[in-house]
Amino acid sequence: MMNNKLLGKSIVIISALAALIIISALVYILLDIYIGGKNYLTWEFLTSNPKEGMTAGGIFPAIVGTVLLVLIMSIACVPIGTITAIYLSEYASKTSIFTKMIRFAVNTLSGVPAIVFGLFGLGFFIQFIGAGMDKAMYSDGRLHWGQPNLLWASLTMAFLTVPVVIVSVEEALRTVPDELRAGGLALGATKWQTIRKIVVPNSLSGIMTGAILAIGRGAGEVAPILFTGVAYFLPQLPHKLTDQFMNLGYHIYVMATQSTDVEATKGIQYATAFILLILTFSLSFVAIIIRYRFRKKIKA
Amino acid sequence: MQNKKRESKNSLSRKFRLSEFLAENTIKLVSFTSFAIIILIFVFVFREATPIFFHTEKKAVSQEFSKSESYGDESAQSSKDNYSSFSSGSEDAASFKNLTQKEWQPVSENPKYGLLPLFIGSLKATILAILFGAPLAILAAIFSALFASKRLKEIIKPAIELLASFPSVVIGFFALMTIATFFQSVFGLTYRLNAFTGGVAMAFAIIPIIYTVTEDALTAVPKYFSEASLALGATKWQTALFVIMPAATPGIFAALLLGFGRAFGETMILLMATGNAPLSSFNIFEPVRTMSATIGAEMAEVVVGDTHYTVLFFIGALLFVITFIINAIAEFYVRAKLMKRFRGE
Repeated sequence: MMNNKLLGKSIVIISALAALIIISALVYILLDIYIGGKNYLTWEFLTSNPKEGMTAGGIFPAIVGTVLLVLIMSIACVPIGTITAIYLSEYASKTSIFTKMIRFAVNTLSGVPAIVFGLFGLGFFIQFIGAGMDKAMYSDGRLHWGQPNLLWASLTMAFLTVPVVIVSVEEALRTVPDELRAGGLALGATKWQTIRKIVVPNSLSGIMTGAILAIGRGAGEVAPILFTGVAYFLPQLPHKLTDQFMNLGYHIYVMATQSTDVEATKGIQYATAFILLILTFSLSFVAIIIRYRFRKKIKA
Repeated sequence: MQNKKRESKNSLSRKFRLSEFLAENTIKLVSFTSFAIIILIFVFVFREATPIFFHTEKKAVSQEFSKSESYGDESAQSSKDNYSSFSSGSEDAASFKNLTQKEWQPVSENPKYGLLPLFIGSLKATILAILFGAPLAILAAIFSALFASKRLKEIIKPAIELLASFPSVVIGFFALMTIATFFQSVFGLTYRLNAFTGGVAMAFAIIPIIYTVTEDALTAVPKYFSEASLALGATKWQTALFVIMPAATPGIFAALLLGFGRAFGETMILLMATGNAPLSSFNIFEPVRTMSATIGAEMAEVVVGDTHYTVLFFIGALLFVITFIINAIAEFYVRAKLMKRFRGE
């Protein structure tokens, strides 16, 4: 009996320890990266261009590039994801083949490796659509759309983040009580009117959460944009869709692995990593808070 | 009179039906996008990889000189290999025979596109990540689902969800800077960057997914399972270990599979933390080059349409298929089994 009690205690302690290890690792990573870069974390670092062959100066263009990327991405992925979620939650019959196809696609899509999205962007957007547009619209034989650029990178990223939006929005739509729908219908509203005026407004926070999570994901991923539009260094900010752009994640990768003097730029690398981490971290923190409040509201 | 009534009702509903019809079908059409994306990925990744199957490929026009992707000590081994191969280029086409070679030397005089070392590399890093990450994640899930107080649970769950928001490039950076140095000084390793470092780093990337799915599986076990067990006089931990855990095994298995799939396709962490030398050894303290990292490192420097480009797309297609199969098993087989068990069939 004593032995049993001991075994029971040790299971609880070991499992608690595992949780503790994970959380302290999380805190340690954050602190380690903060301490490594804290001397560089100034306002000027955020708002100035890289100088002296990237060994000094700031990361302004990388921030702008990342923001542009996620903006264009969300213009594409938030509406598509939201509408798909509305279909799945409001219209789809569970047994129809079409619904099963969509569900299958959403599940599959969230499991496709990021680098495969990158290849897809290169093969589809650049080599197929871009090159096709060049052939159809220009006769000078030069590359306009058939090369890596901001638009193709953003769309590639949008494809990667669509399932994030769908899952989050669908969850929110499902928590809208059926009484509200029935109330709308009973007052004579049609199904579409009920959805538009009652269901969607009641799950706006879910749509917000989906968008925020997608933006966080898009800001952090590097693999999909490696060969669809990112550049190591650009003298000026992108000002049209066919321009290449700089990116925080890619900036870290290149500086840490391919620069000639890794030691000299260590502080900049840490500071950049910290900025990116804080960006994705706070986005998903906000998303978690919104979702948590929403769940509480539904329960109450 | 009745006729008239029906008519007015009809006309009323018909007026609305057009907008309803439009709304429903537009929504249906848009939601088809995700399925279309899957098809497009399948078609276009394979399209660029197809020349492998008919090796009419002309010899690559420009072979850029090997720009070593790996850095530091790790590059020594691979570049030595590059120089030592000088036999005639009779097997340039990426035939299947070429793909099954034991070496990966795409930018040498006589390019070799053996996928074996890359596959072994991916497998090695993935298994290491599972070995480190899975026990931690599963134990943490057991704690927060079965033992933790409500308050504690409300801290652990969001914290691990936050870990999921760490960009893989940041985890890779942390591994490159801190984990690698730590392990080198502890174990006295020859190579700073190796499969072990990469595996440990990648554990951070898969812990959230394994944790979340396991936690879901554990909390999905119906209440009456544990109530029955407790009523029969079992203690809380006996119930957890012998009733709830067995009931949730398929879910935990699914969690492991999903973690495996995630790790197998992960790119940035491995690109930064494994040293990237294509060696086919089973020593976990030697550098490895994984399939995903190979694409990430080499695609930017190949000539569109040449053999190397095609082979990289072929690797991408393989990654797609492998992760697809793993996720499909996790999704359909395991979930179905779990549901069946809870319904008591």
